[in-house]
Amino acid sequence: MTMTATVGHARADPHHIGVVIEHPGPAPKRIVTAYGFWIFLLSDIVMFSCFFAAYAVLVGQTAGGPKGAEIFEQRNVAIETVCLLLSSFTCGMASIAADVRSRFWFYLGMSVTCVLGLIFLAIEFREFADLVARGYGPSRSAFLTAFFSLVGCHGLHVSAGVLWLLTMMAQVFAKGFRADVLRRMMCFALFWHALDIIWVGVFSVVYLLGGAP
Amino acid sequence: MSDQTHIPAGHDLAPGEEEQHSVGERILGYVVGLVLALLLTATSFFIAGTDLVWQPSIPVALIVLAIAQMGVHLVFFLHITTGPDNTNNVLALAFGLLIVFLVVGGTVWIMSHLNANMPPMDQIMRMQ
Repeated sequence: MTMTATVGHARADPHHIGVVIEHPGPAPKRIVTAYGFWIFLLSDIVMFSCFFAAYAVLVGQTAGGPKGAEIFEQRNVAIETVCLLLSSFTCGMASIAADVRSRFWFYLGMSVTCVLGLIFLAIEFREFADLVARGYGPSRSAFLTAFFSLVGCHGLHVSAGVLWLLTMMAQVFAKGFRADVLRRMMCFALFWHALDIIWVGVFSVVYLLGGAP
Repeated sequence: MSDQTHIPAGHDLAPGEEEQHSVGERILGYVVGLVLALLLTATSFFIAGTDLVWQPSIPVALIVLAIAQMGVHLVFFLHITTGPDNTNNVLALAFGLLIVFLVVGGTVWIMSHLNANMPPMDQIMRMQ
């Protein structure tokens, strides 16, 4: 009997893992939402890849202006990187706290994430302001245009992420851990982790490779 | 029909969603990811500034380290795995990566050839 049942349902087991699911039906909303957001994140990464390609092509076109090695400060970049990495970790802690419905740890994790994100933004803003003040703004050379647009685009994403983070804290404060709030929190965590992945590309390609003498 | 091959709860995992683990295991996963990512980052910054290694190997090493760190982030923070319940997420990721490599690789390839085939700028100016 078991044998016939398994054979009869073989088509319902596309991955051949030996588990037959009868009429699984549409996926739960939580999965559909997160999957859609995952597709959006991948398209965002494709958009960043265009900025990376532009930077890779234009990195040598300095038009007599400064080269990367003359304007990048490795120490600042290292601090920014550690800030984003730690914020990714605390964001993960906040999502675990949301799953176990612990308000205290959720607020703590999100607050630390927010502070680390703001430190990152402050360092980056100071770097940009310093470059512009020295006359090395985005209009100085094609290299600087590509640099400002790539790093600035990532910075804008982080700014949007910080706003979203504060919104999530407010929503949990006002509405509690409702199913829809938890779905948004899940998307926010995906967004924040994806930003960290893009920053790995930025510090490797822009600051370390582009900063080589 | 009381065989145990019918389980109603089986479904796919959303991206970022983990299989059922205790809180301690989940925190441990993030800690492992953080430590690995910090190690890879530190190696990147060390390699970029050192003269202990053969200089022409540095760009390749930096790119390999960056890809490794992106993998660490995907597995430990975004929980994208190769499990059967993760197939959709991995397929979407694979398609995204295909486009990224076409865009970046194609651009760098074509533009370097264009650069090599163009005469220097002052020569173009003189031809006009």
